[in-house]
Order: sequence, then C-alpha cells, then structure tokens
Amino acid sequence: MQLTLWTYEGPPHIGAMRIATSMDDVHLVLHAPQGDTYADLLFTMIERRKKRPPVTYTTFQSRDLGGDTAQLVKDTIQEAYDRFQPKTLLVGESCTAELIQDQPGSLAKGMGITVPVVPLELPAYSRKENWGASETLYHLTRKLLSPMATATGSAQSPTPEGRRPRANLLGPSALGFRCRDDVIEITRLLQSVGVDINVVAPEGATPDDFVRIPDADFNVCLYPEVAATTCKWLERTFKQPFTKTVPIGVGATRDFLQEISSIAGVDVAHALAPSESQLPWYSRSIDSTYLTGKRVFIFGDATHAVAAARIAQDELGFTIAGLGTYSREFARDIRAAAERYGVTPLITDEYLEVEAAIAEVQPELVLGTQMERHIAKRLGIACAVISTPIHVEDCPARYAPQMGYEGANVIFDTWVHPLMMGLEEHLLAMFRDDFEFNDTAVASHLGPAERPAETPAAADADAPLRWAEDAERELSKIPFFVRGKARRNTESFAAERGIHTVTIDTLYDAKAHFGR
Amino acid sequence: MNALTQPSELPAARGCGDLPVLRERGQREVFCGLTGIVWLHRRMQDAFFLVVGSRTCAHLLQSAAGVMIFAEPRFATAILQERDLAGMADCNEELDRVVTQLLDRRPDIKTLFLVGSCPSEVIKLDLAKSAERLSRQYRGRVRVLNYSGSGIETTFTEGEDTCLKSLVPEMPALPAGQRSLLIVGTIADVIEDQFSRLFGALGIDQVQFLPPRRTDELPPVGDGTHFLLAQPFLNETARALMARGAHHLAAPYPLGAEGTLEWFRSAANAWEVPENTFAETLRAPMARAEQALERYRAQLAGKRISFLPDSQLEIPIARFLHRECGMELVEVGVPYLDQQFMGPELDLLPRTVRLSEGQHVDKQLDRVREDRPDLTVCGLGLANPLEAEGLRSKWAIELVFSPIHGFDQAADLAELFCRPLIRQEKLAV
Repeated sequence: MQLTLWTYEGPPHIGAMRIATSMDDVHLVLHAPQGDTYADLLFTMIERRKKRPPVTYTTFQSRDLGGDTAQLVKDTIQEAYDRFQPKTLLVGESCTAELIQDQPGSLAKGMGITVPVVPLELPAYSRKENWGASETLYHLTRKLLSPMATATGSAQSPTPEGRRPRANLLGPSALGFRCRDDVIEITRLLQSVGVDINVVAPEGATPDDFVRIPDADFNVCLYPEVAATTCKWLERTFKQPFTKTVPIGVGATRDFLQEISSIAGVDVAHALAPSESQLPWYSRSIDSTYLTGKRVFIFGDATHAVAAARIAQDELGFTIAGLGTYSREFARDIRAAAERYGVTPLITDEYLEVEAAIAEVQPELVLGTQMERHIAKRLGIACAVISTPIHVEDCPARYAPQMGYEGANVIFDTWVHPLMMGLEEHLLAMFRDDFEFNDTAVASHLGPAERPAETPAAADADAPLRWAEDAERELSKIPFFVRGKARRNTESFAAERGIHTVTIDTLYDAKAHFGR
Repeated sequence: MNALTQPSELPAARGCGDLPVLRERGQREVFCGLTGIVWLHRRMQDAFFLVVGSRTCAHLLQSAAGVMIFAEPRFATAILQERDLAGMADCNEELDRVVTQLLDRRPDIKTLFLVGSCPSEVIKLDLAKSAERLSRQYRGRVRVLNYSGSGIETTFTEGEDTCLKSLVPEMPALPAGQRSLLIVGTIADVIEDQFSRLFGALGIDQVQFLPPRRTDELPPVGDGTHFLLAQPFLNETARALMARGAHHLAAPYPLGAEGTLEWFRSAANAWEVPENTFAETLRAPMARAEQALERYRAQLAGKRISFLPDSQLEIPIARFLHRECGMELVEVGVPYLDQQFMGPELDLLPRTVRLSEGQHVDKQLDRVREDRPDLTVCGLGLANPLEAEGLRSKWAIELVFSPIHGFDQAADLAELFCRPLIRQEKLAV
C-alpha cells in the first residue's frame, strides 16, 4: 500500500478515456463500478469539452456482483454499440472490474460486432494514466493498421518527385498540456518549411484517418509520453522515421527543424530565426538582467520538465535548482538532464516528497504542475504551470501554445510575469520599512495579496543555536525570496563552527562563505 | 402567514402510492460515497479519513475536491498495489504500517475513519476487524472506525449516511429521564448557529448535532432523544439511532421557508411548545424568508425544471421550487427512494410530476432533449454538454456545498436557480 494525499496521474483507464475522448467515431466501454463516471467531469469541466466523453460504463453495484456481471458487460457493449454506432469499439475495465475478472475484451470479441474491437489491458494496480494513454493509442493503431502492414509488405517508398513531404503529428490528446495550440503552431511551422500534415492523431482523428497514417513520410512525436510507443511501432512496421526532439523553446525548435531537414530533405535555413520569435531579444534586452541566476525548481511530466530546464538555463539565464518528474517511464531522460545541470534528479509520484524538496531548495521560481502551484503558493514562491496535471485555468481561451516560436514567446511571458521586476526588487531591498511597499507584499502588478508568514527555522526548537536580536533584525532586511536560504546557510555555518549565538558578524561571515 | 398557525395542507393520501415511479437501470452518472469525505473532513476537525482503495479513489477525491490544496487535507488514500493483491504483502500489516505513518504525521487526529472502497470490498478486506485491531493499539489516543464509501455500496451523499452510522455506537448513552433534540446531518456552521438560536427561543435548549465539530464531543443518545434529519440521505443512520431508542420526528426537510417551518413544527410538537410561542418565535424569520423569496419567485414562476439523480436533495428542492417559487416540475430523478424518510416530502409533490428512481443516463438525456426544460439540475460531467446543446443547467454539487438550509437561506437557494436563467438573458454573444 502506498499512502497518497494527491496523485499526479490517474489510473490507466483514464489514459484510455483521454484517447477515446480525443477522437471521433470511437466509443469506449468501461467495465467499472458506480462512481467511476466522475472521470467525465475532467473533460467537460477542466477542458470545457462540449461533448460527453464517448464512454459507456457498466456502473455495477454490489447487487450485480451476486449475479452475472459478464452478461451486464455484454448487454452494455451491445447497447452502446447500437446507440452510438462507432467505427471502432474500445473495451476496457477499471480497477475494481479487473478484480472480478470478467475479461470484457474477450467477451466483446465473441459478440459478432462488425467494426474493429480493441480490447485494452489496463493494469490498475501497477500502471498509471500516461501509460494507459500510450497503450491505448498503440493498440488502436495496431488494430487499425495491421491489415495494411501485411498488404504493403511494410515497405515505405520514398517521397515521389514533385510531392511535398508529409508528416503525421502524433500524441496530442484530451487533457494534455496546450495540445490544441501546439498542433496549430507546429502545423504552421512545418508548412513554412514545405512539409504537409497528413494526419493529426489522436486529437480530432477518426478511425478512417488512422488508416491514412502510413501515407506520411515520417511521424512527429509531439508528446512522447503518449505517442513514443506508437511511433516506434510505425517505424518498425512502415519504415516511417519519427522525430526525437520536442520543439519547446527556441533552441529545441531549431533542433527540431534541423531534424526535419535531415529526415525530409527540406531546406529549413529561413525558418531558424524568424522575426516573430521574440524570446531571444527579450532575453537579451537590458530589463532581463534581473533574471540572471534566478533559482528555479522544475517538476512535471518528463517531456515538459526536460524542455523547461533547457529554456530556463540557456534561454533565460536562470539557475536550475531542482529537476524532477513523476513519469517513471521517462526517468532516464530526466536523469540525463539533471546530470547536465548538476542537480540531483527527483523521480517520484509522491506529492509530499516534491513539497519537501521545494521547501529544502527555496527556489525563487517553481515551474511545475497544478500541484506545485499549490506548494509554491503555500511557500510564498512565484510559480508557473508547465505540465499536466492541470486545472481549468491552464486551459486558456487565448492562443497559448508551448511549442515552436510562438510557444517560446508565451513561455517567456508566463514565466517572467510572476517574478518581481528588476528595479522593484532593488527598491524593496533598499527601503524595507515602507508601510505599503515591503516584503510582505507580492509583486505590485499581481495585486494586493499578502505573502504567508515566514515559518521560523525548525532548528529553533531543540538546537542550542539562537539568534541575537540585532542579527534577527538584520536577517529581516534580506529579501524574502532568499531569506529562508540565508537563515539556513547561516545556521549550518554556525553549527559547523560551534557558534551558539548568531550575531550580525556570523550572518555576514556566512554570506561571504557561501556567496549568494 | 397562515402557515405559522396550521400545518401545510397535506393531501389525503400518504406516501407516494398514487405517484407512479419510473424505475430505470443502466449507466448511473453519479459519484460514489467517497465524495462525502470532501465535506465531512471539514466538518469534523479532529478526524482523518483514510480510504483503503485504488488510484482511482485518490483521483476521484482530488477531482471532486477540485484539486484545491490550500492546506494539507485531512484525508488520504492507502493505494492497493499489485503486491497487496498478489498476496506478496499482508494487507493488514501494510495497513498498520500506513496508519502508523499517518498518525506520526498527524498527532492531532482523534478519530481515524478507515473508508472502504470498491476494490477493498471486492477483495473482502475486513476493515471492521482492522479498525478493532488498530483501536486497541491506539487506545486512549485515537478512535479508529470504519465505514463503506464504495460505489458498489453507496451513492454520493449516502457516504455521509454510512459514516454517521459508524459513529452511532460510539455515542454515549443519554441518562434516563433526560430529553434531548438531535439534529442529524452535516450543515454549514452558520446554519447550525441559526437553528440553535431558534430552538433556544422555542424553549428547546438540549439541542445537539451529529456529526459534531469535534469527534471527541459526540452527542449522547437514548430513549429521551428525539431526532430531526437535516439532510434527506441519512436513512441508515436514522435506523441506527432508532435502534438505540431515539425517536424520529417525521417532517419535510428544512429547505425553503415552508419546509423549515414544518421541520421546526415537528420538534415543537414533540416538546409541546405552545402554539403562540411557536408562531411568535418564527414569525420574523418566516416573514424575512418570504420577503427575500419574492424577488426570485417572479423570475422562477412558470419555468420548467428537470432533476437528474445526484445527491438525494432532488425531492425536497423540487418541492420548494414548485410550492414556493412556482416552478413547473418536469422530471425529478433520485438515485434511490426510501419511502419511510421521504414520505412527508412526497406528499407535497404535485401529482403531475414524473418521478424517476435509479438511472439510465442516455435514456434520461433523451427525455431532457425531448422535454427541453428551462433548467436541468445535473452532475458536473453532464452540465457543459447540455449547455452546448442549448439547454441551461445547474450543477447539482453546488447544492451540497452551499449553505441552503433554513429560513435565511431560502432565498439563497432560489437564487442558485435564478442565476443560470439571468445569465442566459444577459449574454449577447
């Protein structure tokens, strides 16, 4: 058993729902107890989807358990099939149904349904949401394309003369992070270098669209958490290469274009520094000097966390103070990135561990998920959301991609906005006693909210260490966003040297010792 | 003001024998009983709720709670994993380990509820035994109780029923010869205070509430206890209280001015409060409620409304909207119908209403599309899709999470239904 307060990912059947909800002409039948229909609200409330997810649940109760639940499954499948007339039927089960072992997938296969039926294995006690999404997309693709794999002999012919190369965009899905806008942005980007879009899947696709996937020359793996497994299978089966770079950030977008150039043989030189890319100049402009070395803690799914780290370090001049993910399947990518930035990777899906890590590091900015937004709020640290899990405010009405050049512009604004502006920060540090403009106030453009009271260092309780009154006063003059760190550094400095009373001198000695 | 001196005119027939009920089975678009934890953990400030379940349970709780993490919540999930199911780990030992971990973190917890879920019940994990064992282990420090919040056993608010029922055996005995009035069901603190003041003014001063704000202050129960249900979903708790000698005061539920008045009257009759005292005490709040309702009645009168099954509040609220606001009831759906505790409400429904029990959500939505009511009360999963079809909706969950009981909230309750209609008139995009 695992003690869990909050979870970053839902169970794997939520992943299956994300694929089904992304698509048209597909229906998912879930063998699941009463109550599991709560998942519908994730789509209709968080994403404000206008249609109910195309999911029918058996919603069994205990009185059904005494009877024939297998018959309930079959009746539900038949009724859903008759009512919704899907072109492909997905059949799966949630955690409780897995225990009663009705095997809904096998039951469905024996029912003489004339459209493709895709049985889904969704092991709820060992796997999670992203895995479920990835497996569902993979099995759906296999089911729909396997007949063609044998027919074409798995040979991908080179792009015919006179035709522009074609790509599929794979991975955008319901409840992903900014997928709607990323697809628009990447479509524009590819078209600008002479590549046409063949199929976007699963978002907005039908089973008929899936059948056209092999018509493309290559695949763009937009969200590896969802699409990597499928892209690998397509590469093996149809000799379709796929992109490995996720184009989030200016540098990654350029690398992505180079990758497109080598895969599709198109000229991308003109697209490497377009005029609409503002981030490079904004970051070099003098006002951004104050961003230098801001300590940032990054946590999210692996794709967005790795991309964020590169942008933070190379494109905004921040310092990476922590990097982690809840995507265990992609832990290797995070470990490699963490090594590059000289931090210890945090691979965990335990919210409390992440909270402890952030409290320990005391960053000036947290880039995380909806969960980290709350942690940061509680700790009084600025925060921007970069990854799922998300809340309704992370699905903005405006165009706000993360990918491509416009995505980088959006990221610049989103990450810099919560931070104190340069001169404001200096004035706060100089004049600490202004009654309206002091360190309990947040950045003035963020409104009149107050910061939470600073928690006294835990060491106070039992350690023999105490702070002289004037040293405590001096500490309060240090800007709030580094004060916690200054306190801890000073205390560990004092402890190492056997100092029992922290004086003003100890404070400045420690400052000299540690640097900023 | 006639209502103050004589009870509402009740139709001759008791029960809903003459009211046909459409009973349906199919997909039920409702929460499971675990959802009750979202408000129960706020009400009982020294209690902690540990769901023994799956990742789905944890995901449901944070989705239902809107992922609102402003403070460390007093609930968590012990997520069953493959090794627990495969028998590689002993579930009891694992549970003991998790509980120790939890209580070390939260030494302030006085009552720990082990909450059963669909998976824990299907694998027949005996949480009653675990609660007994852990109670012995933590004797004097933490009381460990258990109840089921599973979807296979409970529907949404029914989780509060099973939770409160687990508290009944823990309630101390009311000494013989003493009388007390017990109000059963979680209501907002502000309403509890209003009710206490009014009961006091009626001369009923031994008034207690279940659940209490702190679990170490459980109210006593015994032969001298009369209880009123403040919520229409506490049937099993009521039966458990009756088994301990308490007497149920049958009444409509305290929603709307009329329902609240009849609810108070039921207690006043049991306490033999003089007619004059009753009328004088409730005159002012009753008048205030009616005056406040006036504004909304104009907007709601004649509008047609359908309820999809959700919280069990459907029938009392439909009764209020019909009798006090003049709305036309098209369909009133409830997850389940308990004639014993819904009887006084059913008597007040118009005979023309289509009453449905259980759910087949697709068929029910077909009826909504055909009926085209002005307002449909439904769960969060259905609201936006209905809006997108041009059908105005009202989130049912708001009715559970808002202070709507009592005289001074009658207009607030009406306002919740006005808002979507006003919004429809305002918007020009």
